[in-house]
Amino acid sequence: MSTDTTISQRPTPPSYEVPKAIRYGALTVGFLVLVIFPLVFNNPTISTIGVFAMIFLMAVTGWNIFSGYTGYIALGHAVFFGIGQYATAMLASYWQIPPGWETFLLIPVSMFLAGLAAIPIGLIVLRVRKHTFIVLTIALMFIFQLFAYNLRGWTGGSQGLEVSQPPWDGSIFNLPYYYVGLFLAIIAIVTSFMIRRSKFGLSLLAIRDDEDRARSLGINTRNSKLTAFVISAIFLGAAGCMYAMFVGSVYPQFSFDPAFDLELSIMAFAGGLGTILGPSLGALIISGAQQYFLITFGGANVFLIVYGALFILILRLLPGGVVPAISDKWRSHVVRKEQRILDSELEGPAEAGAHK
Amino acid sequence: MLVLQAIIEGVLVGGFYALMAAGLTLVFGVMDIVNFAIGALIVLGAYLSYSITTHFHIDPFVSLIFTTPLMTALGMFIYVFLIKPIKTNKVVMSLLTMFAVATLIEGILDICYNSGFVQIHASYINNSLRIGKLNFPLIYVLSFLLSAFLLSCLYLVTYRTKFGRSLRASMQNPVAARLVGIDTDRVSMITLGIGIGLAAIGGMIFGTTNAFNASSSYDIISRLLVIVILGGFGSVGGALVAAIFMLVIQDVVAVVWSPVWGSTAFYMILMLVLLVRPQGLFGKKGVRAQ
Repeated sequence: MSTDTTISQRPTPPSYEVPKAIRYGALTVGFLVLVIFPLVFNNPTISTIGVFAMIFLMAVTGWNIFSGYTGYIALGHAVFFGIGQYATAMLASYWQIPPGWETFLLIPVSMFLAGLAAIPIGLIVLRVRKHTFIVLTIALMFIFQLFAYNLRGWTGGSQGLEVSQPPWDGSIFNLPYYYVGLFLAIIAIVTSFMIRRSKFGLSLLAIRDDEDRARSLGINTRNSKLTAFVISAIFLGAAGCMYAMFVGSVYPQFSFDPAFDLELSIMAFAGGLGTILGPSLGALIISGAQQYFLITFGGANVFLIVYGALFILILRLLPGGVVPAISDKWRSHVVRKEQRILDSELEGPAEAGAHK
Repeated sequence: MLVLQAIIEGVLVGGFYALMAAGLTLVFGVMDIVNFAIGALIVLGAYLSYSITTHFHIDPFVSLIFTTPLMTALGMFIYVFLIKPIKTNKVVMSLLTMFAVATLIEGILDICYNSGFVQIHASYINNSLRIGKLNFPLIYVLSFLLSAFLLSCLYLVTYRTKFGRSLRASMQNPVAARLVGIDTDRVSMITLGIGIGLAAIGGMIFGTTNAFNASSSYDIISRLLVIVILGGFGSVGGALVAAIFMLVIQDVVAVVWSPVWGSTAFYMILMLVLLVRPQGLFGKKGVRAQ
């Protein structure tokens, strides 16, 4: 483009991304902090917060695989969360699984069932787009809530179901849940990363940007959307199973809870919708703050107000989320530095000439 | 006889849902906003009427004189401070904002009124109207009449006034409307005001016919959304037909089968219809937007 030789002399074109060293360094530090967290803070109250954070970490990462990448904001993923919970509670009593390590074997079963349920649900809801899609997913959640209330023989109706908890000592009770949760959350994040870097992930991003154009380029949009939907449902199923095991009871109004979807979307929006690690960051911060508030103030109503206000603030002040805001800052920093180099290069020879 | 009674009751209750769905559709048509907060706002309207009637011993229908302007102002406030600043990805962002508003209102109501169920009281609330062998609660008939009256007012406003003409223009094509000199921001603000003002009236109707608490909003919003999707987004006529149709079906199923399955039938019909017609019964097929 430019005939100016001083520009072509520069060895490498500048990268506008945050350098790999910083990114992977931060990632490693974060990972290590998560690993040693319950060992340092072995107070059960604090590690309970950690377990909930892990559950939300995998749930929001799963949610982001579908909603973040395709741009279809699903507000009914509580359906799969609830399916995971009910599957755990019902199967644990049906197979008479003794409380203890064996209950963790229900996680893959719940994942499978949630994924299976996602296929027909996805086929119905993915026929529509935009607002109709959002509204339809909400309606779907209410359908499942009604089923949970009405099919009393299986779900216990409004009485709910119990999941008996293992007789572990209080000081180490949270640890297995925490580490299994962390393991599953990391699987979710790695899956999310691999999808984002694959051709399949690109097709999802193309759907987000312009679905009709993506279709005209030969992407099978229906299958791509459905696959992403099922994958995200699988992680929600795992989160539901963990939640039911850890909390020990399952009720229709808490399993299929509209507030749960609000939580997921706040976390994703706060961290950065559609980025790989943004939602995880949002999950850790917000679910931590949530549990802290719940313990300090008690009562769900204060909490609803805090949530609503927080969400409005995030949407107003930081519509892109934290992670995109950071990379934007970095990009403008790099651009400014480049500009300074260019300026000095252009000015340098001219000044030298003037001196002669 | 029971079935006939159920059908007529379905129509009577359907009037309330038709009015609310019309407000929802109108707001959606003008500014592409799914007003998810409408459920919480209806409950807010119900609580306002409840407070006024219990503290000042005023008839609930008279309390509307106070609550409606208040809620209309609230609607305009929400538009100016929350909806208007949204610049990108309007459809999703505004829906999430409204979702957040709904949560906020629910939390506040829960603190102010505790979570016990209440009902707006008036001396004639338990009276009923007898026609032949059929018995109807008087309050159902009154609220149906009020809804029908307001719907016809809404019709007159949209089709017979200058404001209505700018409203319809903004619905058809906002860009062209702005080109011919319509202040679409003002139209949007007033429309959201009307939509939320209607929620005050709907709240009074809901509060006199049902016992409610702060979390009743989910029950209302889920039904309204089903009605609006079924009728086709943006179609007022579709919303009316869908409201009456769904409530009649629900009441008939409740009588013939069991009340427990009434609302499930409601949702199952939605799924079945959407399998055949994804755009709803009266909706137009989506045109590609650039």
